[in-house]
Order: sequence, then C-alpha cells, then structure tokens
Amino acid sequence: MPRGLGHRRPGCLPGMKPGLLGTLGIDARLAALLGTLAAIWLGLHVLTDGIFLTPRNLWNLASQTAVVGIMACGMVLVIVTRRIDLSVGSIAGCAGMVIAVLQVEVFAPGTWWNPWLTLAIGLGVGAAIGAAQGALNAWLAIPAFVVTLAGLLIFRGVAWLLTSGRTVAPMDPTFQLLGGGFQGSIGAAASWVLGALGVAALAWLRLSARARRQRFGFTPRPLWAEAVTILLMSGLILGFVAVMNSYNRPRTDIAQGISIPVLVLIGVACVLEWLARTRRFGRYVYAIGGNPEAARLAGVPSARIIVAVFALMGFLAALAGAVATARLNAGANSTGELAELSVIAAAVIGGTSLAGGSGTVVGAVLGAVIMQSLDNGMVLLGLPSALRNVIIGVVLIVAVWADALWRRRAGGARGGEA
Amino acid sequence: MTTLVEMHDIHKQFGGVAALDGAELWLEAGEVLGLLGHNGAGKSTLVKVLCGAYPADRGEILLDGQRVEIRNPRDARKLGIETIHQTLALADNLDAVANIFLGREIVKWGGALDQAAMEHAGRNVLARLNPNFTNHHVPVGSLSGGQRQVVAIARAIQFQARVLVMDEPTAALGPAETAMVGDLVRRLQSEGMGLIIVSHDLHDVFSLCGRLTVMKTGRPVGHVRTEDVTQDDVLGMIIAGRMPVQTRAARV
Ligand SMILES: Nc1ncnc2c1ncn2[C@@H]1O[C@H](COP(=O)(O)OP(=O)(O)OP(=O)(O)O)[C@@H](O)[C@H]1O
Ligand SMILES: [Mg+2]
Repeated sequence: MPRGLGHRRPGCLPGMKPGLLGTLGIDARLAALLGTLAAIWLGLHVLTDGIFLTPRNLWNLASQTAVVGIMACGMVLVIVTRRIDLSVGSIAGCAGMVIAVLQVEVFAPGTWWNPWLTLAIGLGVGAAIGAAQGALNAWLAIPAFVVTLAGLLIFRGVAWLLTSGRTVAPMDPTFQLLGGGFQGSIGAAASWVLGALGVAALAWLRLSARARRQRFGFTPRPLWAEAVTILLMSGLILGFVAVMNSYNRPRTDIAQGISIPVLVLIGVACVLEWLARTRRFGRYVYAIGGNPEAARLAGVPSARIIVAVFALMGFLAALAGAVATARLNAGANSTGELAELSVIAAAVIGGTSLAGGSGTVVGAVLGAVIMQSLDNGMVLLGLPSALRNVIIGVVLIVAVWADALWRRRAGGARGGEA
Repeated sequence: MTTLVEMHDIHKQFGGVAALDGAELWLEAGEVLGLLGHNGAGKSTLVKVLCGAYPADRGEILLDGQRVEIRNPRDARKLGIETIHQTLALADNLDAVANIFLGREIVKWGGALDQAAMEHAGRNVLARLNPNFTNHHVPVGSLSGGQRQVVAIARAIQFQARVLVMDEPTAALGPAETAMVGDLVRRLQSEGMGLIIVSHDLHDVFSLCGRLTVMKTGRPVGHVRTEDVTQDDVLGMIIAGRMPVQTRAARV
C-alpha cells in the first residue's frame, strides 16, 4: 500500500474518481478503521449499560493501550520490510528487569539521577538487542522469524536469570510517573496546551504542504476541503483532550488530563509517522518491502535500513517494558509476556500487510485501540479471559479478511498488493 | 578519443552455471550498441555486472580508459551508468515519482523529502515520454505493463547519465510509445550519451544501433557494424554462433 506514503492522494483508489474522502485528503482505510472503532464503542456502550463510554473508562482504556501501542508503531515498520519481530515481549520484559535491578539494587536509590540513568540504560539495552537481531538477519541472512523466535526465548530467559525469578520492587517514585497512575498525568492546563499545539501543528503542516504544491503549479485541494479536514482532525484532537480532562483524580475535583504513558505513545506515533512519511529512511523501508531487489538496484542501503528498523523496534519494546514496569511498580518476570501476539495483531488489524510493503503507524495505533477496547469492554461485561481470547482471535481473522477484500477491490490483481 | 566503456573477459558463475564466460563489449560516446543473443545467452547478466548488481568473478571494466571497480549499484550510478532492467526493478507499492527518485530523493534543508519538487520533476520527465501518463498518485503495481516501462525509462533519464543501458526497453510498449523511445534514443545519442540496447527485435535494433555485439552461452560471437550485415547474417550469429562469411573481413 502506498497507503500512507506521501505522494498518493489518500482515499483516491486507482482508477476511481477522488470521492469526498479523496477531496478531503483523508485516507479511506483510516476512515474505515475509525468507523469500525466507533461501531465497537457504541456496541460496547450499549452492552455494558452505559459504562463503556465514560471519561473514567476511556481514560483507563487510553492508558492500557500505551504498552501495546508503543510497540505496534515499531512493528509496522518491521512488517513493512517483510519481516517479523517475535521477541518484542521478551525484550520488554528483559529491559524492564534491567531497569528494575539497576534502579533498586545497584545504583543508590533516591538520587535524582537514578530513574533517568536506569531508564536510559534500559532503552539502550533494548536498542542494542534489536540491532544485534537485525544484524543477524541482514548480514548473516538468518530469517527474522528464526532470529527473533530465538530472541523470544533468550531474553525471557535472561530476564529470569538476572534475579533468579525474583520480583524487584519498589520503583523510584519519579520513574513510577512513566506508568501513569494517580500522579502520572499532566493535568488539565497542560493537556489543553498540548491539544492546541497539536491543532496548530496540524494546520501548519497541511497548509504549508498546500502552499508548496501551489508554488510548483499543482492544482491544490479546494480550500474549503482543507478547512473541513483540519476542522475534523482538530475536533478529534480537542475532543480527546476534553475526555481526558473530564476524568478527575479519585475523591478530588482535579482533572487528570493526559496520562504520561499515553503521552509517550502519542510522541512515539508522531515521530514514527514523521520518519515513515517525510524521511528517506521511511521511503526505503517501504521500498524494501515493496520489492527488495528493486531497492537494492536503486542503491538503497538495505542492510543498514534493516538493522535500524530492528534497533528502533528493540528501543520501543524497551520503552514499553519501562512503562509496564513503572505501571506495575515492580520488575516482574511476567512483564511483556505474550505481548508480541497483541502487538502483531494490532498492526495487522490496523491494516499492515504481512506480505510487506504496506501499513501505517496511525493504523497500528488504531488497531491497538480496537484490540484494547474489545478487551476492556469484555472485562466490563465479566467475560472470562478464555472467551475474550476466542473473540479477539475471531476479530483478527475478520479484520484480515476484510482487509483482503478491500485490497482486491482497490488495488487490482497486479503485484505488490498481496 | 578514449572509449567510453570497455568490458573485457568478464566471467560470472551461478552455482555450476557459467552465465558469462569471457564476455566483452565496448561503447563509444554518442554510439548506440545493440547487445544480442538467444534467451539465456547472458545479456542481462552482463548488463548487471556493468550496473553493479553482481560483481564479476573475473574480468575488468574500463571507463574512459581507466579501470574502475563497480561493487554495487551506487558505484555505477556515481560513474554515470544508468540501467533500465529487464524486470524494470520497480517498487510496486510506491507511486511513479517515488520510484523515479528511489535512492536519489530530493531533500529539503534538514533532510525532509521534498515531495513537491520531486513530483514536479517527475511529472515533467514522464510527460516527455508519454503525454497521456496521468496516474501519478497510484502505486506502480496497478499500472499497465507499458506504463510501468515508461516509469522505469523515466527513472533512467531523469539523472544526467553518460551511459544508458536498456535491457529490452520496449518489450511491453505499444507502437506509439516504442516510436517515442526510438526518438529518445536518437536524441540522447546526439547529446553524446553512449547507449547499450538489449533487444530481440532485429527491426528496432537495425534502425537504432550503429554496431552490434552478439553473445552465445556467455561468450562473444562477434562485433559487427550494422551497415555491414543483413538481418539474416545477424540471425545466423545469434542462432548458430558463427560470424557471417562475407563480412568477416569487415569485422570491427
Ligand atoms: N541470479 C541467477 N541465479 C542463477 N542463475 C542465473 C541468475 N541469473 C542468470 N542466471 C543464468 O545465467 C544465464 C544467463 O541469463 P541472462 O538472464 O543473462 O540471459 P539473457 O541473455 O538476458 O536472456 P533473455 O533473452 O531471456 O533475457 C542463464 O542460464 C540463467 O539461468
Ligand atoms: Mg535478459
């Protein structure tokens, strides 16, 4: 899928007149995902007798999505290059344990630098593990599936060996903020400021891109369409902030605002989207996935790009592990267990093709939100976890099937759209 | 004046198969060379050695009389060698402009891709090849075979090249587009570029190429001036691997 790559006007399928979405410049598949999400939310709201769509539940849902969402952003790039990373859950667990051991048992607890230094080391460990796995794949040509399956076993084991299975607690209070919780939100004022900044950045990005296209003599989208799009997206941003701000800390009337793990997820998604759309790196990631031989013949430094993608994935897995560890307030052996499955499922539900070459970061985040919504709603409904797994599995298959139908309709039968 | 490109005694093995076994060619600036041979003769492999896709096992490549090492496609592009591959080598999930600039993107200050500038330049070069080309925003995987070929040609001529290698560039093109490529070849030739055309269409080859190099099973059969031979002579060279008797003296 070009889906998501800058040049193609999103929403405009080959051989079709750009419809309303095309004119507005909104990716039709993202719109479909948003529509699906809205339907799921309404359905769960009705089924749960009105407790699903409450500020409290949505605020929790957002925070619960962070860990899987952060990793799903990186997994998109891995899958786009026609590879897979099965080790993300274990890297998250291992990095979380490294941070916990260093923070609680090695460095002096209570110093201001302890949480920052241990976090930095943990993220570095994750990036290094990812880079090493990428190097094994890129330079020794060991399939990524095998390398990261080994990584899944190795780093889960390493995490256990670090403490012989002990749980390490408690974490530094500053570090705990990374996990959200009662203190770990930025409050109403800062949330509004961030929302306003987001709206301003969005308007500036779209209008400056429009101006630049005009300078090159392209007919731009009608100004009303641009305005409608910016208004719609601004509405989403500000609506999100409003919901986060209408949940108060328990037994107070102080608004929570956006929680720090959610902030981390938003930051990660923005950076990866920026990398994917506006940098050579992103262009090369998609080119490698579309046609590895063509990328090589075009002089794309494929091996280096692959190593970088896996290093980024390892870094994000460690970041997710840090968030989970902070949230749990302990380094535990179960951290990140089976997360690789949720992460891959989120990317796939978000429209990433396992055949490679297509997928978007925003889609993966939406995929993570959809998965977490289903899980959260089913917990509210009191369904046992075994049944929840059955339902999520069915949803995964339906999502991929719907995606395949879509592609067949949109992409024609020819290559690249497998 | 020194020869633009010379390839001497090029050997390339794939497993046990000798795809190239002492292949050779040379090319002057402003010359169009036809590279001919039966299927599997090693034409594409020779082209790929020149463009850096495969390193040769043995043999040497000279550019302007200087020995050069071409270890990868980047090296070849830096030396001004552009290639249109038989397989086109397009990323099907990217659109035409992204493919044209793949590996050589225009970036703004700070390294961000300059989408508008690339689209501007890309549209111009595409329009030169095919004024009817309007599918700028669809992935090239959903273009027709001929449109894809136009994208591959556009990529090769977008950047100032000294040597342009075309591996069956018109195989999927309609008559109008084929004529356009013919005009393009003559124009690039008059600008002093050296072109190598691999083709099975002897009619095209005779109308465009000044000289022919024929290969058989990885070995050179011979090099002849187009004006010294008939199409039947060349067919004999391709199929039987023999130089035509009456032109042996005219061998260049
Ligand atoms: N990557 C490869 N791996 C193994 N063998 C190869 C490879 N590329 C080419 N060969 C072999 O080398 C020989 C020459 O192939 P090549 O593609 O150069 O032929 P060609 O002259 O271009 O043929 P055609 O006219 O069909 O395009 C063939 O026997 C082919 O099987
Ligand atoms: Mg060939």
